[in-house]
Amino acid sequence: MDRFVWVTGGIQFNEAIFYTKNAVRIYDGDDKTSYDDGTVKVTTHRIIWTDAKYQIALPMELVVYSEKHSGGFGKSPKVSVHLQAPPVNKVPGPVSRSQNSFIKFSFKDGGESEFHNQLQAAIQKQGWVQQSISSSSSSLKSAPMGTRTRAAGIVGIERKIEEKQKKTDQNISVAFQDLTKLMEKAKEMVALSSNIATKIKDKKGDITDDETVKFKSYLLSLGIPNPVTKETHGSGTHYHMQLAHEVCKSLDKAVGECGGMMLLSDAYCRINRARGMELLSPEDLLNACKMLDNLNLSLKLRTFATGVAVLQLQSHSDDLIIEQTTQLVEESTSLSAQELANLVNISVLLAKERLLLTESVGGVCRDDSDEGLRFFPNLFLTKVV
Amino acid sequence: MRRRGVGASAVTKKKLETARYKERGNEIAAQQLEQLSNQLETFHTNLEDFAAKHKQEIKKNPQFRHQFQQMCAAIGVDPLASGKGFWSEMLGVGDFYYELGVQAVEICIATRPQNGGIMTLKEIHQKLIKTRGRYGQDISTEDVQTAIKKLKVLGTGFALIGSKSNQLVQSVPGELNMDHTAIFDLAQQNGGHMSVSEVVKKLSWKSERCEHVIDHLTHEGMAWVDDQTPTNERWYWFPALFTAEQQFAS
Repeated sequence: MDRFVWVTGGIQFNEAIFYTKNAVRIYDGDDKTSYDDGTVKVTTHRIIWTDAKYQIALPMELVVYSEKHSGGFGKSPKVSVHLQAPPVNKVPGPVSRSQNSFIKFSFKDGGESEFHNQLQAAIQKQGWVQQSISSSSSSLKSAPMGTRTRAAGIVGIERKIEEKQKKTDQNISVAFQDLTKLMEKAKEMVALSSNIATKIKDKKGDITDDETVKFKSYLLSLGIPNPVTKETHGSGTHYHMQLAHEVCKSLDKAVGECGGMMLLSDAYCRINRARGMELLSPEDLLNACKMLDNLNLSLKLRTFATGVAVLQLQSHSDDLIIEQTTQLVEESTSLSAQELANLVNISVLLAKERLLLTESVGGVCRDDSDEGLRFFPNLFLTKVV
Repeated sequence: MRRRGVGASAVTKKKLETARYKERGNEIAAQQLEQLSNQLETFHTNLEDFAAKHKQEIKKNPQFRHQFQQMCAAIGVDPLASGKGFWSEMLGVGDFYYELGVQAVEICIATRPQNGGIMTLKEIHQKLIKTRGRYGQDISTEDVQTAIKKLKVLGTGFALIGSKSNQLVQSVPGELNMDHTAIFDLAQQNGGHMSVSEVVKKLSWKSERCEHVIDHLTHEGMAWVDDQTPTNERWYWFPALFTAEQQFAS
């Protein structure tokens, strides 16, 4: 299967098609591949297989011999094609290495006899050898004269494709040149910024607050992390403050519906899905949420010991949750994180956090076994005399 | 004249000097700030020109994106740090990667019950291509890696682990160390499953170490226990490694 190469475009100049058949599947050795319903063509130069998505081809010169296998009950007839080793400088294809040196074509709709005959004929004729010699000589002769008259037809199309490729390559190299120039300028600014940052750090009160705020927004625009001003003015900028308000407005209701707590990654998805354009970076969201506490809004950011970060309603009370969880565990004799998640309609991660929280105050006990982690009511507290 | 810098007056002089330098330093910082501001404005215009000419390139060409990321990293700039950054606003790189991040999160959530929160980079790459459909832009595995690296700050345990040739994407919190990835590697070479005796043989570990590691993986739901094996020894299967298997087995 690794002798196939990706191809685009259609038939080449000097190539002729001998036979075409649809509903053909390719096997790599004896294993099915995902190329399972396409059209196979036998030409002078190659065996080509196409479907709606892919186009792959196998050079005819690699074929050693082929065999027919008739079908049986439930099995389509097949033709196995035995191949030589792939050439060293082979262009990339669908499979880079295969341990099999043969492939099979399975003909769900018949046609294998004709395919086999045509393949044998093509191998014998060795059409690719003659053609390559004649095409190189003819291209030498016709290059000066025939270039303009051949603008139409297959060669014309191929040439257009080549030109387009060259143009894309040129565009990219121009883009790289422009990009390199831009980067040099950016580098200067990065150096300047770090200079300023050090100065700010050394005399923390001397630059006006306004200027510091401006400076932070410059860093934001460039994408430079600014650890310096974190201690003095918090990690956020004006932008993040606005974002914090926006986050609260859009997610307040949703967090309530989720039981008062929503995973930060969940919040990220929801906000960006709602925005559609001008999306927020994860850091934007994090920085905005870090400011929530200071701004006294209805949501706040909470990070658990495990590293899990959630947005939580200010009105949320841990005690209530602990009570609720303890009760649920009692009612069900025991609960796993997955079961609690289904019961309360929250994510498994959050359910686990609730159970751990309740455990930390002694509301429930854990049972850690081969079958997983389960929580039971804490009878040590309630039933011990 | 500063011949003999000793004595009380020398100390006051020094204090005055330091104060003056400080003022000077202050000015210089303010000047620098203005200089930075001006440079930024010019840069903004240049970036606009660049975007007008080459924005399409960035959208269509994963290799160009990769080069771009590397150049930014080399000068200490993170183009994806904020949606409000120049790079994101004008070149649109932000939206591209943030959306990829959202799609990655959704895929991880959907597959978590099956694979316990870990999957191969290849698999998530393929699923992303599928989600985006035939009109989505080309995405390379590096694009996926960049998007996932950004998700780390959200605190839900998004991380890239494993060796370069065999990258895994983790989407649940919890420590997955070299031992865990070693077992994943072994299982992958072994058709998606392994047993304690195989690990002992191939990695030369003590069986307690192996059991400890495999226990953790089973607990997290990343490994499934199989007690009906032909060799009568307990096998462990890794759903995260299943896809490759299933394709050729059907």
